[in-house]
Amino acid sequence: MTRLVPTGVLLLGALYCLLPVSWVLVAASKSPGELFTLGAFTPGSGLLGNLAELSAYRDGVFWKWTANTALYAGGGALLSTAVSAVAGFALAKYRFRGRNLIFNVLIGGVLVPSVVLAVPQYLLFAKVGLADTYWAVLLPQILHPYGIYLARIYAGAAVPDSLLEAGRIDGGGEWRLLRKVGLPLMVPGMVTIFLFQFVAIWNNFLLPFIMLGDDGKFPLTVGLYTLLAAGANQPSLYNLIITGALLSIIPLIALFLTMQRYWRTDLSGGAVKG
Amino acid sequence: MFLAPAIVLFLLFFALPIGYTGYLSLRRTKVSGLGLGKGSRQEVWAGADNLTAAVADGELWAGWSRVVGYGALVLVVMLGLALLFALLLDSAHVRLARFARIAIFLPYAVPGVVASLLWGFLYLPSLTPIGGIDFLGATAVTFSMANVAVWGGTGFNMLVLYTNLRAIPRSYYEAARIDGASELAIALRVKIPLLVPAIVLTTVFSLIATVQVFTEPTTLRPFSNTISSTWSPLMKVYRDAFVTGDLYSAAATSLVIAAVSLVVSFGFLRVVRGRAFGEVR
Repeated sequence: MTRLVPTGVLLLGALYCLLPVSWVLVAASKSPGELFTLGAFTPGSGLLGNLAELSAYRDGVFWKWTANTALYAGGGALLSTAVSAVAGFALAKYRFRGRNLIFNVLIGGVLVPSVVLAVPQYLLFAKVGLADTYWAVLLPQILHPYGIYLARIYAGAAVPDSLLEAGRIDGGGEWRLLRKVGLPLMVPGMVTIFLFQFVAIWNNFLLPFIMLGDDGKFPLTVGLYTLLAAGANQPSLYNLIITGALLSIIPLIALFLTMQRYWRTDLSGGAVKG
Repeated sequence: MFLAPAIVLFLLFFALPIGYTGYLSLRRTKVSGLGLGKGSRQEVWAGADNLTAAVADGELWAGWSRVVGYGALVLVVMLGLALLFALLLDSAHVRLARFARIAIFLPYAVPGVVASLLWGFLYLPSLTPIGGIDFLGATAVTFSMANVAVWGGTGFNMLVLYTNLRAIPRSYYEAARIDGASELAIALRVKIPLLVPAIVLTTVFSLIATVQVFTEPTTLRPFSNTISSTWSPLMKVYRDAFVTGDLYSAAATSLVIAAVSLVVSFGFLRVVRGRAFGEVR
């Protein structure tokens, strides 16, 4: 009894979480006709047809969205990790006036609702002619308060002061210390920050939805939304939307399963050994 | 200075937009004559008019009341499940724990748009495997929407709580076991009190996210005609700014949303701080 009940509850939870994912996996294999006639979890025979149709949709705009998403999430997360790591290192390892003030103001950014930022960001980008460009989605997502918070905690735990002192005595400049001592020791923490930012940007909807008008620059989230908005009343488009939804979650799920270690250990922001 | 990039980005993409929102919320368009010729539309100072209009706006209040009901559901169910799963994973008596942990965390990898879209299809009468319920009807739609958020958010919160649980020294439990405490008693009397700071943290982040709900109702709209274009306060800001083109009231409304989310999160922190413990991260 003491074993069965908790295990059963957890498995129910797992089942609930897997339900929509397994449904889309099966549904993507159905041709438009099979979608409404076969049972919800009976595989169909239309997967290849759906893929071909999706690839052909508006001259392959779906793959354009995929490439855009990879660019936004990959480039944005890379820049974000660099900025967070350098700032976190400075906040953890140097004592200067206003250090805590700067940290608190940067962290306070978490509390600002995204819409308070996104609408004026759009207007300001429009003023300098950058609205509806890749920059409009990339730039606002580089600075992330949570990333700086994680980086500061991680640098504080992973980079020993004695090592920096030794470097200074050997005559290393501060930039050199950062590059040769600080950043290499912070790599595991930086991987975690990168993953968080990657997922956050990949999943972001509001910002690109507001910033972009040209569907050639859309990421997958906005692209799928427009596809849905156009196709909700046309069941003939359902199979495209379903197949697109499946393809859009495969990369992230793969990233999850391969990077388990970094997700688990660092999640609440504590330092991890190795 | 290593902080320079972060500070420049902060000024450009946080401070400047916030200031600009404040400025816009105090302006309005003045139309003179028929509003046709050049120069007949001017931007002028409006003082606090937009803000008072936003506070008094019935549509916005209707949005708030919907979001409060939805948010209460999401917070209670999502955090309750997250805590339950975290405690179960942490107890010694569970099989298949690794599988369950990965499966429950998996929805975090699914974008909100895609999650709403998948559930939207599962709710559709013509496709749903669960018959007999009108998931998208006027009464059920709030529950259906809350389900999407619970599905997407439980795993992340569970993992935060679980990671905190793993950090508690095992010796605490040994002492309780020697005293004859059951697993359930240990969970209630030892683990949960030690978890309170982490629970507070996850609650505050969930509160902030709930006040700003946008993606789920927006994505579910094409499935259901019971979700209006101003279902949540954030959707109203979007509509004002980009559909009806009234930037000034959009700015004022977004300031009201910011104020509400600050008051709610700090209010919550104050209440719990006054209660059980002295330190909140």
